[in-house]
Amino acid sequence: MADKVLMKGNEAIAEAAILAGCRHYFGYPITPQTEVAAYMAKRMPKIGGTFLQAESEIAAINMVYGVASTGKRVMTSSSSPGISLKGEGLSYLAGADLPALVVNVQRGGPGLGGIQPSQSDYFQATKGGAHGDFHMIVLAPDSVQEMAELTVRGFELADQYRMTAMILADGTMGQMMEPVSLDFKFRDPVEKPWAVTGTGMKREHNIINSLYLKPDLLEKTNFDRFERYKVIEENEVLYEEYKMEDAEICVAAFGIAARVAKNAIDQAREQGVKVGLIRPITLWPFPTKAFAAAAEKVGHFLSVELSMGQMIEDVRLAVNGKAPVSLCNRTGGMIPLPEQVLDAILSIHNGGAK
Amino acid sequence: MVIFDKPHALTDVPLHYCPGCTHGIVHRLVAEVIDELGIEGKTIGIAPVGCSVMAYDYFNFDMIEAAHGRAPAVATGVKRSDPENIVFTYQGDGDLASIGTAETVHSAARNENITVIFINNAIYGMTGGQMAPTSLPGQVTQTSPYGRDVNLCGYPVKVCEMLSQLDGPEYLARVAVNNVKNIKNAKKAIKKAFENQINGKGFSLIEVLSSCPTNWGLTPQKALQWIDEKMIPYYPLGVYKDRSAEKGDE
Repeated sequence: MADKVLMKGNEAIAEAAILAGCRHYFGYPITPQTEVAAYMAKRMPKIGGTFLQAESEIAAINMVYGVASTGKRVMTSSSSPGISLKGEGLSYLAGADLPALVVNVQRGGPGLGGIQPSQSDYFQATKGGAHGDFHMIVLAPDSVQEMAELTVRGFELADQYRMTAMILADGTMGQMMEPVSLDFKFRDPVEKPWAVTGTGMKREHNIINSLYLKPDLLEKTNFDRFERYKVIEENEVLYEEYKMEDAEICVAAFGIAARVAKNAIDQAREQGVKVGLIRPITLWPFPTKAFAAAAEKVGHFLSVELSMGQMIEDVRLAVNGKAPVSLCNRTGGMIPLPEQVLDAILSIHNGGAK
Repeated sequence: MVIFDKPHALTDVPLHYCPGCTHGIVHRLVAEVIDELGIEGKTIGIAPVGCSVMAYDYFNFDMIEAAHGRAPAVATGVKRSDPENIVFTYQGDGDLASIGTAETVHSAARNENITVIFINNAIYGMTGGQMAPTSLPGQVTQTSPYGRDVNLCGYPVKVCEMLSQLDGPEYLARVAVNNVKNIKNAKKAIKKAFENQINGKGFSLIEVLSSCPTNWGLTPQKALQWIDEKMIPYYPLGVYKDRSAEKGDE
């Protein structure tokens, strides 16, 4: 057994990134993720890395674009309003097929919103997040351990598929402390012959670019990119099933909502209600097949979210009308209590929910 | 005997610039300097959004196309990734002095060890001649059809003067490319800006007063005169900051 250390979620992300070989971090202060930057500010100078507090979120993501262009692992982190500012950069990273890791420790919105935990950036994260046809790989941790593990995984997936991986956490995940093992198994590094490292007068010049004035060429880049997305949808879906073996009701929840839901499921089980959970760990690619399979045997779905109901749309698409899908939610920085989720489960069980 | 040749740092791709546009001259000056300094193999250029958006096709070294105004931030990332590489941005006035003002000011304030080639032609060229942050008072453009009214639109941004108030930057100079003498001076300044980077001195920005005959509605020759008659009086040529010279370690 590897030793475990007690860490905040935000610090676990930072340390895992360093262990994954990330030596460049750019960010701008915003609650509730500033511990990532603070950790990097302390550690990077000691290990020959770069920590730079950028003048804006926009500059930070473009510094990420610069390092990513050179083929090195690089990351930024922020929280909801800051991620909106990074949107332009996320689109350019996608258009130029550059790998990067972006962390969103979500807070309530819209606008300046609040600083308490939220999952209301689900649409933004999973449907592209800015202009143009693109996706990011979106990873949703539900523990400090997963904050660390998915950070490593995110870098590896980003490199493998030449795209942005996003950790979609929330203020709870960022702030809470849990024991974490930092004993990771790393994949072999990916070759990056496309990187701009200087030609050394030995090869043709490399160009990092997202401009295609000829529409047929631009269309082709999109078709090619979406072919790659298909491979990801086929091979990289991650989810957890909890007590689904005999479930008649299926809860869908990720991140902190899933932890609350598990609590409620355990209580419902004590009352003899056959309820389970599908917890998407990748929000994109979404575990569509898992929900579709569940829809063959489950009578009702319940999406538990810290938003006005965003993931519920993907659950409905996956269930494809085979069973009703209800919502149990709080938003604006509020977290549902297990009792609220339990009530929603019992209400479905008793035939009350629509 | 070869007495005139294309710099190695330029590709064979034909430039798309309008007749009389001075982008071609500045591209050539940059390429000549890179040849002379022998740094092509470790140079990475950052193209802007604007007329020179496709500069990545014209330079023979590794290139990145950045989002509008963000080239200095991208350059910061590239330089921090490998400080041994030579990194420059090539930006127009809309890119550098309007949408990218923050990136410009802060990369200068950090004395980021990069080189910035700033093309000031007082207009948005690529989008068809709109008012730029550097358009002169009274200048007629598509979006200032009655002339730039400073009461409505404010005054032009004098980039070298503004940045010279910062402690950060190493070298700030304004040059022009409208006659042979000015072109020679421009090349000297550009060379110094790259040498500064090689010597680890930090942020150098060369503002190049350039022509846009198409959107100024002038012949190429008259456009070059317009630089003399209108632009240089408002944007005086010269060195606005040279920290090494100030410190006397030249």
